[in-house]
Amino acid sequence: MSAIDLYRAVAPPNAVDIILKLAERVQRRRFLHLTGGRLGGGPAEILRAAVPLLNELGVETNWEVTGGDGVYFAAVQALQAALQGAERVLTEERLEHYLALNQVTAKKLRLEADVVLAHDVQPASLVANRSDGRWVWRCHFDCSHPQHHAWSFFRRIGEQFDAAIFSLPAFAGRLAVPRYVIPPSIDALSEKNRDLGTHEVAAALQELRIERDKPLLVQVGPLTRDHDPLGAINVYRLVKRHHAVRLVLAGIGQDDHDGQEVLADVREAAQHDPDIVVLELPPEAQRQINALQRAATIVLQMSVREDFGLGAAEAMWKGKPVIGGASGGLSQLIIRDVTGYIVHSVEGAAFRARHLLNNPELIPRMGAAGREHVRRGFLLTRHLIDYLALMVHLGDEGSGAPVPVSAPRA
Amino acid sequence: MSQVAKEPFVFAACVELRQALDQHAHDVRELVERLEAASDDSVFFHVHGYFLRHRPVTTAYGNDFARWIAVELADLALAERLAVVDPFKFESLAELREELVTIIRGQLRDAGPGRRVEFAHAFHFQQSRIVPVPLGPRATTLAEFRQGLAVADVSAIHHHMVEARARFGRRGGDFATWLRGALGLSALAEEIEHIDLYLTTPERVRGRLLGLVDHALETEEGGGSAGR
Repeated sequence: MSAIDLYRAVAPPNAVDIILKLAERVQRRRFLHLTGGRLGGGPAEILRAAVPLLNELGVETNWEVTGGDGVYFAAVQALQAALQGAERVLTEERLEHYLALNQVTAKKLRLEADVVLAHDVQPASLVANRSDGRWVWRCHFDCSHPQHHAWSFFRRIGEQFDAAIFSLPAFAGRLAVPRYVIPPSIDALSEKNRDLGTHEVAAALQELRIERDKPLLVQVGPLTRDHDPLGAINVYRLVKRHHAVRLVLAGIGQDDHDGQEVLADVREAAQHDPDIVVLELPPEAQRQINALQRAATIVLQMSVREDFGLGAAEAMWKGKPVIGGASGGLSQLIIRDVTGYIVHSVEGAAFRARHLLNNPELIPRMGAAGREHVRRGFLLTRHLIDYLALMVHLGDEGSGAPVPVSAPRA
Repeated sequence: MSQVAKEPFVFAACVELRQALDQHAHDVRELVERLEAASDDSVFFHVHGYFLRHRPVTTAYGNDFARWIAVELADLALAERLAVVDPFKFESLAELREELVTIIRGQLRDAGPGRRVEFAHAFHFQQSRIVPVPLGPRATTLAEFRQGLAVADVSAIHHHMVEARARFGRRGGDFATWLRGALGLSALAEEIEHIDLYLTTPERVRGRLLGLVDHALETEEGGGSAGR
């Protein structure tokens, strides 16, 4: 059995057949992904699963990464943050350095392909070195309200592409090229999402020293202000007045000053309450996260700022109702009153959690609806269909790529 | 004996590639201004495309405009007026757009623009590009057509019944056209043309289609009076 056939067990009916049919139409075409790294979550997590599958399907798919020195990474980080709307100092010197190092990288990489997807900011300026094929900028973050100076720099890069892809229509930056909407996805067969047996879940929780004698409220995500773990603690405190529950906050702390402050506050809160469990997990703790989400009674996603919020999709795939903040893609993922609740305050989240705990028959019903919602809209199979359909569509449009223009200058 | 078609019918699924447009509405006034200028493709996406995307687990609003007005602007009266517009009753997307605009303009005149929402809750105009996927199976008889219909991807129902009629001007839809032209089953074709596609789901439409085809197969073994 080929790897793609394994997805028949989890994907909607016909999804794998559609993938096979579309792949036939782009057989032996070259598909190149460019990213800023191979590790971690987000785009890299999806590509680790998608690239081997696409190759197995006969689409010659390669994945190249760009890199540089400390100044380069600082420039990329500042530019992306500014494109996301944060105030950052972007010096001309640093931006020139970013462009210059990507020029050096371009000479080392094989950039020839029929379709090239440059993911996010780091590899984007390689488009100045395009030769043949169709180049698409794949933006995984919300750049609808960028800082003006950042956008006026980046737009000159963005408009050298033939098209762009955003995760939501509301995330799309103003570019004079076709802008497609392709939401991200989760891999249902990965270690983080595959089915786990009861014993595996129990063993993982034992390993993490989490008792299961009370309903578990679980929030998985970075321990940062954007994901508001302190908000989750306040939700727990309000719920605890009426129900014996336990809160598990699982995620990765951040090294910066702000992240350290949040972590200190979270630890302080946990110190005085044995029912608040804080787990700082390494990125490879995929099975543990899987088990935690499966053991949860209700999953919280109290984010005040999200790129998309795939953590909610992972929890929904495990049949859990999700109570989430109105940020990023959560409003797309969570169907109000059907798969969970979108809330606008700590009190609202506590109210919904109490409502679910008081009406426990709703929990599996919402969980089942959430799993189906994710099956149809947010699995890797749907993502492969979209990418392959885009390849077909771009191929049908013809290969008359626009004449490359010189690298933009800050 | 069943009629055999010279040209087979090939069931085609479809993939909807969505495109974001630079048109956003934060209140009803902006919505109607953008809608007046919207392309046919965009009107199709937000009205007929709702049929493909809507799942029966959520409240049915009939189209994206009505849904947004109900959920984000909480103007339930206007949402209801838009929801009852049956898009399949219009000859063209331009006529459909005009009807929607007239309803919204009427509301604006009577009640003003009402609530305004922030960008995250705004209406974001989109359109789509459809990539057909001829998955099959192929049918040359009514019995084969029945078998294919039962297993075809749900998007094929949308493609052949909705896209074909509203977007590509094949007024009868692909199923009815083929049954009439290739198998001479005019009566069955006419019944299929009269299936109400409004406020339902592709799966329910498949069920109605199968019911009609089964009846035709039972009565005339697929080639009799249904074709006369």
